[in-house]
Amino acid sequence: MTMTDSQFIFSLITGIFVGGAAGYLGSLMVAKRMALVGDALGHVALPGVALALLYNINVVIGALATLFIGILLIWLFKTKTELYMEALVGVVFAVSLAFAFLILSHEELEEALIGDITKVGGWETLISIVLVLAIFYIVRKIFPKMILATLSEDLAMSQKINVRKYDFIYLMVVGIIVALGIKVTGSLLIGALVVIPPAAARNFSRTLRQYSYAGMVIGAISCLLGIMIYKIVGLPAGPIIILTSAAIFLISLIFRRK
Amino acid sequence: MNNILEVENLNVSFNGDKVLDGLSFNLKEKENLVIVGPNGAGKTVLLKALLGIVPFKGGIKWTKDVKISYVPQKFFPAKEIPLSVEEFFNFKHAAVKEIERWLKSVGLNDFSILKKRLGKVSAGQFQRIMIAWSLIDKPDVLLFDEPTSGIDVGGEETIYNLLARIEKEVNLTIILITHDLSVVYKLADNVLCLNKKLICYGLPQQTLTAESLHQLYGEEINIYKHDHD
Repeated sequence: MTMTDSQFIFSLITGIFVGGAAGYLGSLMVAKRMALVGDALGHVALPGVALALLYNINVVIGALATLFIGILLIWLFKTKTELYMEALVGVVFAVSLAFAFLILSHEELEEALIGDITKVGGWETLISIVLVLAIFYIVRKIFPKMILATLSEDLAMSQKINVRKYDFIYLMVVGIIVALGIKVTGSLLIGALVVIPPAAARNFSRTLRQYSYAGMVIGAISCLLGIMIYKIVGLPAGPIIILTSAAIFLISLIFRRK
Repeated sequence: MNNILEVENLNVSFNGDKVLDGLSFNLKEKENLVIVGPNGAGKTVLLKALLGIVPFKGGIKWTKDVKISYVPQKFFPAKEIPLSVEEFFNFKHAAVKEIERWLKSVGLNDFSILKKRLGKVSAGQFQRIMIAWSLIDKPDVLLFDEPTSGIDVGGEETIYNLLARIEKEVNLTIILITHDLSVVYKLADNVLCLNKKLICYGLPQQTLTAESLHQLYGEEINIYKHDHD
């Protein structure tokens, strides 16, 4: 695979923005002990990606469509049953995966699973930036309320925080970042992009502020380095990005604070 | 004085099981109410109903624009969340001056605690922090679900003495759940004995009689008394 300089710049910008947002939102997900939800939703996006590839539309749009339906189902099941969120996510994710495998050919499956950042165009970059800024703004707003609800749901409710509403907004934002991340790391690895940077940040952070912003910076740097390594060596960008963030995680262990 | 709270025929059921059955009582402004009762009597549910965070039938009428703070039961911050004490106070948008004033008031005079992680402070410090946290936005009412008795809050002052002292400073209405009957005499203007139904309500000296306690705790009261022989 070769790519032009403008494609390289586009992929770099998209990667930095999406990686940063994934790390930032991921810090909230990890704090809420929902680290694996990103992984599961990555698979929920697959049928949408499959249909998009089949009908030649943008994969992010396809992913968003099935993610929206999937999240709505999870949220509705959650209010109707007494099952854990994890179990519900599991049900929806397995069904999605089954659909995707029915639709996708072998080659397309690979693209959907590990992503192809070289296919990012100018418009997509712009849309990614706008969505990332929106995500950042929303997450910053809901962050303290969601952390309080994580500490104690009763305490949050006594502060007149509508926990169900914030849960829904939160899940939707996770859905959007997963859809955007599919371009960067593919659906298989998007879960890692939201988990590893916050896990690294957690090792040396003392405050919520340090932790969430460090998660953002590590996510962005991982994508930056990963895409540059891809440009030089030619190995697929998605896995390289994840391995880069894993390397940062290992380094963070040295600076661990108790 | 006016009633700050009027409860009339309050009923709460979970999946068809009656948890609270036909409760009615009033509470006057600035009066402290201590709720006692055996395990599973619905004490916590009563507080949650008063907060409006569980569904209920019947009437709960607070005075207009009343501000309520709440300290939940057995609440300890998750250790893995890197949240500093200062950031915890920032959830309430409190100014640093205010935070420090309240820390002092609950006996935490070393402000370096603000930089510590909330999950790392001792249980006693955390309980003091929770009291400061719940009072910092000047509520009219404090609902406190069972301060852990026997916890070392540092110094001679127990959590109840601390509450009694602060209550005099800021003139607050406190509704508190406890297992510790000795607290009732320290803090309560009125005591409410609860076992799904209202067993007794009134001034502690007149209300906590041998009969009402027997009715409330059944066989358990014998054990209780035996402990103190």
